[in-house]
Amino acid sequence: MKLAIIDYGAGNLRSVVKAFNYIGEDCVVTSDRDTIHSCSGIVLPGVGAFREAVNKLEAKGLVDILKKEANDGKALFGICLGMQLLFEQSYEFGQTDGLGFIKGSVEKIDTNGQDLKIPHIGWNTLKFNERSNLFNGIEDNSYVYFVHSFAAKTDSKNVTAYTDYGSAVVAAAENKNVCGTQFHPEKSGEVGLKILKNFCNTVRHDNFTCN
Amino acid sequence: MLAKRIIPCLDIKDGKVVKGTNFVGLRDVGDPVEIARRYNEQGADEIVFLDITASHENRGTLLDVIERTASEVFLPVTVGGGIRTTDDIREILRVGADKISVNSAAVKDKSLISKAADMFGSQCVVVAIDVKRIPSKENYNGVFPTDFGTSPEDFHVVIHGGRTDTGINAIEWAKEVEKLGAGEILLTSMDTDGVKKGFDLEITKIISDAVSIPVIASGGCGSLNDFYDVFAQTDASAALAASLFHFGELSVPQVKNYLKEKGIPAR
Repeated sequence: MKLAIIDYGAGNLRSVVKAFNYIGEDCVVTSDRDTIHSCSGIVLPGVGAFREAVNKLEAKGLVDILKKEANDGKALFGICLGMQLLFEQSYEFGQTDGLGFIKGSVEKIDTNGQDLKIPHIGWNTLKFNERSNLFNGIEDNSYVYFVHSFAAKTDSKNVTAYTDYGSAVVAAAENKNVCGTQFHPEKSGEVGLKILKNFCNTVRHDNFTCN
Repeated sequence: MLAKRIIPCLDIKDGKVVKGTNFVGLRDVGDPVEIARRYNEQGADEIVFLDITASHENRGTLLDVIERTASEVFLPVTVGGGIRTTDDIREILRVGADKISVNSAAVKDKSLISKAADMFGSQCVVVAIDVKRIPSKENYNGVFPTDFGTSPEDFHVVIHGGRTDTGINAIEWAKEVEKLGAGEILLTSMDTDGVKKGFDLEITKIISDAVSIPVIASGGCGSLNDFYDVFAQTDASAALAASLFHFGELSVPQVKNYLKEKGIPAR
């Protein structure tokens, strides 16, 4: 089994690759249509601004490729900005359309009027909503590492995990074969590595449970 | 609940950790990668590498250290020291660091902050601010009073390890780096650094209240209670320590257990 780590010039792919390699998984950093097609699963990483990421994806023809692969049922895992890109649109610096795999939008974190630091940086706890195979063996209230100022707003049925930061912030979302985490599993120590392993097992056995 | 972060900092020179360490059974006490791995096992929330290599020619060894660390330690890694250009930043991020920290270079050319934020994202731009109390003329008698009563104007940004007073108001500078796109501030008080009598609660409180980005408190912790105080009395998001952990005076789990007992959220 091989994973395609999507290379569109946004952020640090190295850590994601190293984390998958560390757990013994084969992956390739690519933006090539045939290579992506030949892989069993796709990982969409990313840090930075939403619009710029969409522009870069479009410039490389990756929006169409990702839509085709995901609609054909291939497993797609978005991390951080990569997760936000899975939604219909973002309101970061004006409205920008996303990939639209999961219904909902990306908006400034709602701290519910509390005077909390933005960006939300650091280790926060997971509260599971709909049970996902991504979190097999992960205990409730496990800490994972977040860095973000915007967060997804979506129907609770799409949310697999929340974290508490003023309000219930979407920590992970899923729709059929497409899933994503707002936090960085590749920076979340043992818990994060376990989540990456779970994703690989999901790809191997083609068993998404959510929805 | 967002945990308060405990961050060990390793001073690195020519690819080796400078200050001694007290980990039991370390094969190579100078190997930053092995020490980072130990800190990871102990539950450190992030690792900071501060490169104090004098010459730029030895940059390769630092990059090798970062790359090897990123292959084994899956925690956020911040690298600071000697970063002057966006090319320096790109190189460090490329080998696997998550954040970079800039200090003097940002004071000399503040556009470095905005350029770095634009190119790589605010999330990876930490601005290190070293501050020192500057006594007003009427109270200054030649001996620097550490318990000097202060107003916010009395905190200046200093560079070159505290030897050069830039004359810049530290609070205004903190607000400015936030506007320029910094994602976090690493605040070190030169008055308390190395004294081991606690973090500088006053300036940490003033600056963490003045900005909305997270502030990492640094300089002066000597006891478990110092960590509690900085989180209980200021809005600091994280606390950084170096020699305290390296010399084994306190361990990361000790600090975290103490904080948790006292009701401070820790991982």
